[in-house]
Amino acid sequence: MSSFPFLSALIVVPLIGALVTAAVPKGKPRQAKFIALGFSLAVLVIAAIVTIQFDTGASGLQFNEHYSWVPDWGLNLAFGVDGIALVMVALTALLTPIVIGASWNDADNEKRNVPTFFALLLVLQATMIGTFIASNVLLFYIFFEVMLVPMYFLIGSYGGARRQYAAVKFFLYSLLGGMVLLAALIGLWVASGGVLDWQALVDGEPLDTGLQNWLFLGFFAAFAIKAPFFPFHTWLPDAGGAAPAGVAALLVGVMDKIGTFAILRYCLPLFPDASKTFAPLAIALALVGVIYGALVAIGQTDLRRLVAYTSIAHFGFIGVGIFAFTTQSGTGAVLYMVNHGLATGLLFIVVGMLAARRGSSAIADFGGAGKALPLLAGTFFIAGLASLALPGTAPFVSEFLVMLGTFSVNKPVAVISVVGIILAAAYVMWMYQRTMQGTVNPKLVELPAMRKDLNVREKLVVAPLVVGILVLGVYPQPVLDIINPAVESTLGFVGVTDPAPTVPTADSVVTGDN
Amino acid sequence: MIEVIWLLPLAPAVAGLAGLLVPLRRRRAATALGLTGIGVALVSSLILAVAGTTASARRVLADFGDIVVEANLIAEPVAAYVAVAVTVVAWLVQLYSTAYLRDDERYVPYAAQVSLFTAAMLLVVTADDLILLLVGWEVMGACSYLLIGHDRRLREAPTAAVKAFLVTRVGDVGLLLGIVVLGVHFGTFNITALLLAIPLADPGVLLAAGLPILAGAIGKSAQFPLHTWLPDAMAGPTPVSALIHAATMVAAGAYLLYRLLPLFTSDLLGLVLAMIAAVTMVTAALAALASDDLKRVLAWSTVSQVAFMFAGIAVAAGDAAMFHLLSHAAFKALLFLGAGAVIHMVASNAMFRMGGLRRGAPVTFWTMTLGFAALAGLPPLSGFWSKEGILAAAAAADTSAGTIVLWAGIVTVGITAAYATRAWLRTFFADRRSPARPHDPGPAMWIPLVVLSVPTVLLGAAGFVGPVAVVELHVWPTVPVLAVAALGAGGMWWRWRANPAVDPVTGRAAAFAADGFGFDGVQDRLVTRPLRGLARAVRRGDTGLVDGAVEGVGRSTSAMAALVAQAHTAGVPRHLLSALAGVAVIVLVGLAAYWGGFA
Repeated sequence: MSSFPFLSALIVVPLIGALVTAAVPKGKPRQAKFIALGFSLAVLVIAAIVTIQFDTGASGLQFNEHYSWVPDWGLNLAFGVDGIALVMVALTALLTPIVIGASWNDADNEKRNVPTFFALLLVLQATMIGTFIASNVLLFYIFFEVMLVPMYFLIGSYGGARRQYAAVKFFLYSLLGGMVLLAALIGLWVASGGVLDWQALVDGEPLDTGLQNWLFLGFFAAFAIKAPFFPFHTWLPDAGGAAPAGVAALLVGVMDKIGTFAILRYCLPLFPDASKTFAPLAIALALVGVIYGALVAIGQTDLRRLVAYTSIAHFGFIGVGIFAFTTQSGTGAVLYMVNHGLATGLLFIVVGMLAARRGSSAIADFGGAGKALPLLAGTFFIAGLASLALPGTAPFVSEFLVMLGTFSVNKPVAVISVVGIILAAAYVMWMYQRTMQGTVNPKLVELPAMRKDLNVREKLVVAPLVVGILVLGVYPQPVLDIINPAVESTLGFVGVTDPAPTVPTADSVVTGDN
Repeated sequence: MIEVIWLLPLAPAVAGLAGLLVPLRRRRAATALGLTGIGVALVSSLILAVAGTTASARRVLADFGDIVVEANLIAEPVAAYVAVAVTVVAWLVQLYSTAYLRDDERYVPYAAQVSLFTAAMLLVVTADDLILLLVGWEVMGACSYLLIGHDRRLREAPTAAVKAFLVTRVGDVGLLLGIVVLGVHFGTFNITALLLAIPLADPGVLLAAGLPILAGAIGKSAQFPLHTWLPDAMAGPTPVSALIHAATMVAAGAYLLYRLLPLFTSDLLGLVLAMIAAVTMVTAALAALASDDLKRVLAWSTVSQVAFMFAGIAVAAGDAAMFHLLSHAAFKALLFLGAGAVIHMVASNAMFRMGGLRRGAPVTFWTMTLGFAALAGLPPLSGFWSKEGILAAAAAADTSAGTIVLWAGIVTVGITAAYATRAWLRTFFADRRSPARPHDPGPAMWIPLVVLSVPTVLLGAAGFVGPVAVVELHVWPTVPVLAVAALGAGGMWWRWRANPAVDPVTGRAAAFAADGFGFDGVQDRLVTRPLRGLARAVRRGDTGLVDGAVEGVGRSTSAMAALVAQAHTAGVPRHLLSALAGVAVIVLVGLAAYWGGFA
């Protein structure tokens, strides 16, 4: 493995980019945009190199780096990625330049500072990547909290209506989770005798069961708010509804996944007994979320809020997949995190394009819009199909894996989650029908912007996501190869094994007859 | 040689995807792509059908831990025949559409969607892996959705498209669940492997897998109680109705059951299937008898005829069911395309606007006459033999499923002959009821009619000489079947002759039947409206209760912060202060928890 510190570079490069972008005078927004885009593409290249050099055969953390920082607190600058972290880093690196492209003109109007907007996006990218690659629990916590700051300003300063309210709600709710996490972290620090290095913690003696339960709840509460799971979700529709479309795509596409990622990275390996104890509770919350999120989505009157609620339903599927404790459902959950980033990212971006043209994201303000915007409508349709996990699109593979793994250990949960699949078809199809089809809303005819289909920049923004959704829908194997060993080793910490098929091997039957 | 099987789904898929990128003005490019893509698949399927052996090919797509998903295609002879039927109809529909949609500005994406649909259907036909089959199955549904909603001028088209997607989706999750059950229990999705393992498996598992898969087939094939979407789907362009909502996709449910036939041979599932088929075939035939809209007559007729295929599966006569699929594909595509020609003449779907069209439109009249005769089961046309095959198998089966299917089938044959006769007479005979001048369409539209009339007439003979020998003549039930058909057709003619200007089927009962026996309203009241109401209620609850609790906590925290921190500024700092105050409390709690854990 190369000695070049790739992982540090994944944080340092966007931070430098943020400084350079922020230094651009306010009067030269175009320059700032291209600088930010350039740095985000550089990050993408680094992430691609890491992905290519990643050894899919090995388990455990790779690309490890270690620098002493505050040893007395157990705090070190320690980085390392497993397959789960790697795919999340790759997703972040892919989505950021796309979001920069999608948000190209979002900060332009009024007296907003354009360079700051793009600098904040890069800071957000650096901190989010930090949470994925940190291999020290305290370092993770620092990134986990610091990333709220750029997001707060991105929503609060550059968002739409009620942005201040949404930003404060987001910040406080997340901070509350962070405080609980900090409390649990201190508990962990005391219990482990000052060791906070992830590898050392999982290699060490398991904690006492009673203590595990308390610490698990502390960690889980923070991550359940971040994900968010029902009933901790109400900040998401407000934040997703008020944030600029690209920021919403990053918020739901990546930042929320830090919650589910952290459950896999910290809750399961560090507190295996507690994870098993609380798994039924977590599955119950997730399952309620699947159906509840979908129902509320059906009842929404605003596109952005609708998409935010669909995500709550999807996070429910991810939660079920994680806590069913099978390799298939776990792999499905991680793959879902990636696929959902692509699908919902695309959906948010397309909704943003529609809202930018219409000046509103209320469903009632559209109607028959597809007639004048065939390409945009087509992209919206593909994003919708991906959101309802149509076979042939990437999210289907992950949803199916979750179902398959869950069914093998808990049949009622799998069967109930099917209801969510039907409801997903309902919210997507009704959304598309009300906005794109039918008689044209007379007000749309008066808006010249509603006759401008996708321009070159917008085509470049949506193309990689559409291609990703379709390719991973048919050929997910490369991503599965990366995820699988990491999920297996995570489940190894919990100490569960997959159930075998009830009929020993059908293959033996086949070969026997041939 | 075997590798041509890949061309079946891939050639039309590539043509379809490329077609989506063609600019709207380049109609010729779209036509060329559509005809070439499906043409390549047509030639490939002919090669496979003539070869007559089982072809298979595989590539690994995804390794799900214990279970591997492979791009795994197989074409046994019957599958090859179905593929031929699909590609022939699809190719003719592409040709026909060039004329039928001559003035349609969205012809280009339409042609691409027809190609994509064909690719998906061929994937279903040839897939030897359940996941692959499911992909084709759902992509078909999405294409069907787009094509039903194609005509922007029709107010009801988007609603019909959404309804079709949602109703079939309800069945589709059943299919998904059934596939999961099979995968978990057998550790494979490979259909060939599953078919070998199923006979040895526990009946409970087979029931758990069979029932939900049956739901999937019912949804796609528009069988009771998931049939409500098909009549509405007639909002799609007529060639699309011919291809998707008659000849291929709707029959795919029966094809799925045929592929997994060993799963449905238990007495219980056979009985369930037989009852569904019996209810569907009789009620749908009655609805066809009463409807005045020519396309709806054909749509209800499709529901009823596909029920015959289900009936064949119910008595484990898979080959007979597939034979009916093939003959139905020919004569129903012919009838729909003919109906398109008629609709072009009178600019209406309603039969009270038709009448007297046999003069001046000889090709349309004679080909549709053959189609109606085959539908009515007139020997020696194809429809007679294929229905005969199913009913003979039902008579031979010594099960209650066989008895149910046989009697329902005989009744349905009578009603079918009656509604076919009525539609034929109302369309082509008596005086003209519209000012339009009858004329045959251009060659792009009449050539498909002539081509399709060949199998409509001759496919029965293939049943004798082909490799799938399913036709044998029996006195029972052939004689009563013929008698009932004659009775139905003759009775209808007798009623009509009294006053050819009037619809022979009228009255309140007829209107009720034409409306699908009010089942749409039941579905709306029992499912759609409660669901929307529930969604609204949950949304209000989410804002009021769940978020209300959060807001309440937020407000009281702010109030406390106002008390605690005398000097404070607006925005985050104030909240930060209150939050920091909270930290201290929580840290204490955490430490207490830690010590508590040790105590």
